[in-house]
Amino acid sequence: METMAAPLPAPTRQVEQEFAEDSIADVPWQAIVWNDPVNLMSYVTYVLQKLFGYPEPKATALMLDVHHKGRAAVSSGDKDKIEGDVAKLHAAGLWATMQKA
Amino acid sequence: MNGWKKAGRGGKARLAGTFDPQEAAVLRGLVAEVRQMLAGRSAENPADELAVLTGMRTGPSTRPDDRVLARLLPDFSTDDPELSAGMRSLHEPELIEAKDEAAVLVLDTLPEAGGRVELTPEQADTWLAALNDVRLALGTALDVSEEMPEELPVDDPRAAHLGVYHWLTFVQDSLVMARMGIR
Repeated sequence: METMAAPLPAPTRQVEQEFAEDSIADVPWQAIVWNDPVNLMSYVTYVLQKLFGYPEPKATALMLDVHHKGRAAVSSGDKDKIEGDVAKLHAAGLWATMQKA
Repeated sequence: MNGWKKAGRGGKARLAGTFDPQEAAVLRGLVAEVRQMLAGRSAENPADELAVLTGMRTGPSTRPDDRVLARLLPDFSTDDPELSAGMRSLHEPELIEAKDEAAVLVLDTLPEAGGRVELTPEQADTWLAALNDVRLALGTALDVSEEMPEELPVDDPRAAHLGVYHWLTFVQDSLVMARMGIR
């Protein structure tokens, strides 16, 4: 029995490791927009509509969250997508960062 | 400058505004200044041979010391310095390039002597980004805050510049409103 059992742990460990890597990759990321005293409410709303295709009510609600709560998550997805979203927000002049959700 | 208005319809829709000579000079001067600051940042980090060969540039990994540049080129993370450093060196060169292109478009479309400016919706989007950069730069330099009064006491050295800042706010806000009217 002992000799038969010996090879078993290796593949099991491998599976566990793959699972662990997958779950790290699956953690969604968020793009956060922060309130700042310069950016106009109208402009922030417009940028959210234009970059993410949000309808005006959603863009306005997010902008108001930024304004009143100091920050809002404006998009979520895998790391690559959020990295691209933050880069676009920076090009538009918004103060944006990325973080794990 | 009495604000931007929509001109034309459908695919021919344009955004039109008129600048007097002094307004054009002020805006062009500020846009040129932002370009110069960004160029200074790029110059600190010249493209190496490998970057020229591959077309893949990497930027600096540290945030600019200058607070105006730091606001124009923000960190990617508030709490993960390693992530911020990596993302900055990946994205900063293209961010500077995008900001420079936006600045150049304003200089190309706004006559030195002022006059009527007519923009396609795409050009208006680029103008909005460039106007925002100028407001970020000036607003940061002036320490603009949400509690800041409309006007500062006359003996405040920032008083005159704050007037320019408010004018830029009007120009940008009016362009956003006009631009939102075009789908």
